Amino acid sequence: MPKTLFEKVWENHIVKPQTADTPAVLYIDLHLVHEVTSPQAFTLLRERGLKVRRPDKTLATMDHSTPTTPRNADGIIPVLDTQAAFQLDFLTKNCQEFGVPLYSLGTENQGIVHVIGPEQGFTQPGMTIVCGDSHTSTHGAFGALAFGIGTSEVAHVLATQCLLQNKPKTMAIRVDGRLQDGVTAKDIILAVIAKIGVGGGTGYVFEYMGEAIRSLNMEGRMTICNMSIEGGARAGMIAPDETTFEYIAGRPAAPKGEAWERAVADWRQLPSDDGAVFDAEVSLDANTLVPMITYGTNPGMGMAITDRVPDPDSVKDISERIALDKALRYMDLQPGQSLIGKPIHVVFLGSCTNSRISDLRQAAKLLRGRRVADNVRMMVVPGSQRVKAQAEAEGLDRIFKEAGAEWREAGCSMCIAMNGDQLKPGEYAVSTSNRNFEGRQGKGGRTFLASPLTAVATAINGVITDPREMLEREVAY
Amino acid sequence: MKPFKAFSGTLAPLPINDIDTDQIIPARFLKVTDKNGLGEACFSDWRYESDGTPKSDFVLNKPEYKGATILIGGNNFGCGSSREHAPWALMGAGFKAVISTYFADIFRNNALKNGLLPIVVDEETHRQLISLAQEDPQTQIKVDLEAQMITLPDGRTVEFPIDGFSKYCLLNGVDQLGYLLSLEDAIVEYESTHPARVNTTQ
Repeated sequence: MPKTLFEKVWENHIVKPQTADTPAVLYIDLHLVHEVTSPQAFTLLRERGLKVRRPDKTLATMDHSTPTTPRNADGIIPVLDTQAAFQLDFLTKNCQEFGVPLYSLGTENQGIVHVIGPEQGFTQPGMTIVCGDSHTSTHGAFGALAFGIGTSEVAHVLATQCLLQNKPKTMAIRVDGRLQDGVTAKDIILAVIAKIGVGGGTGYVFEYMGEAIRSLNMEGRMTICNMSIEGGARAGMIAPDETTFEYIAGRPAAPKGEAWERAVADWRQLPSDDGAVFDAEVSLDANTLVPMITYGTNPGMGMAITDRVPDPDSVKDISERIALDKALRYMDLQPGQSLIGKPIHVVFLGSCTNSRISDLRQAAKLLRGRRVADNVRMMVVPGSQRVKAQAEAEGLDRIFKEAGAEWREAGCSMCIAMNGDQLKPGEYAVSTSNRNFEGRQGKGGRTFLASPLTAVATAINGVITDPREMLEREVAY
Repeated sequence: MKPFKAFSGTLAPLPINDIDTDQIIPARFLKVTDKNGLGEACFSDWRYESDGTPKSDFVLNKPEYKGATILIGGNNFGCGSSREHAPWALMGAGFKAVISTYFADIFRNNALKNGLLPIVVDEETHRQLISLAQEDPQTQIKVDLEAQMITLPDGRTVEFPIDGFSKYCLLNGVDQLGYLLSLEDAIVEYESTHPARVNTTQ
């Protein structure tokens, strides 16, 4: 029987099949750990006298509560928040005691958990990857089955390298056609979520397919899979292909020599078979897609940047109408309003969605020779120390700084706003991150989610701007 | 974990769709290394003014809903972040069950592992329960996990789904880690036939 990519990976990791009484027991190939969702799990192991079963399949980093402020003269990034400092120290202690490798704050490989896995070559096709973080779906870009788990499950994986899982359903998300200039992977995923809603993928694993997905580089594919959870799906996958193999080849943890040849041969077997059946299917036309932006307080409240804010009165479902009305009140937006031209306070370029080198290159290209508007604070937060070093080697940091943007240390930063990087109440931000929930980027802050190009164009003009306008001007010069 | 026993309780209605875990427990409260104190921060931004005084119009601050043990939210409760701090905070705030038309996957898993019962009901029942709780905050409903049933004040019963394994674990106060640990032989067997894909310690 023809199988989907998901089914192949799922079946290859069954330790014990699902029965009427028990969920399937799924083996986990790679467990990523960070400081915020692991402390209580390590404590549980300690209380029960358990070891980390496979430290060699576990990797910890520091990213969520870490400052992105400059280093001291001695190269140390100071952690002034005592609670964050304690949490980070606790991770260090736990990793030392249980033998888990750790990328400590400020060291050369440290960064956002979903940036470092692929960067080091740990993320590979056909693997199962979990982390106590819902954006673990990012790693699905490589054809891995990757999803976020809670802290109890973090303890399960630490202790047994296994998880109890009921088999999810599958949804094919087909994006055919070609993206126009100024339209990016971020716009594809914002359009998908606007179409299906934040709960549309609940119970499903997505597989993204079609010409527009195939033509994306790995970083664009990661941007797409990253936000699967914003459509309610725990995981999103893309079949591995030459683009995938090329990205992985030569990375520190990638297979070498004969092992590489064998691995690639295996990976070529992973794509969904012709005739494989999905439980649901959604399609989108890339040809007609334009830059997207959110207007509300969840990632499903998104629209083409050229559209107008919808009117709650036009929404039939009562609970949806109430939700939209509540969102517009929080955002202080009017029905029928265009967002283009709206003044904003902050532009945040970063997060596990859009902080990789290609995001920074794209942003710097548009910003080169221009300036961030006087009324705007622009923060650029690279996804990892390696991304930061690469960007500095290419001189991108200079472009950002000369334009008046802040060039920061690596971390989650203002995406989750638990490290001091945050909006003030009432401020508007255009953000390349993944969540526009109330208060997500700081209590009372208001977030418009968009692509790096839209974010930069907005930073330059100080008001929300369709980036295509600037690309056209570039051509005209 | 304590065994989950049948109970009767009052409902706190929060009929808002897509309540995300950032609302249930904002990220700035996640810098803890234990599970304590999260109840007070539950729904912090909806519950308190910026100076810390309770907002009188928020359901959890209304005297008539004090002591509610069942939260009834809108559709797609618990979406967003995987933080298990969300069920810890809800339990810290006194809730034993949450009712919705459907739950986000990760939240539901996290709730079940902590003895917070996610109860899925049809839209009609959902509307009725919200109305009942709004009209009479003293409305008691009975939650019986063994029978997978809630009982409304008029005696009407509504069944709810739950997977057999989670039900068994909740009813017996068994944590799921114990079960996984008991599968050591099967795990060893799997590892012997599936070489490691990566080695993070090299």
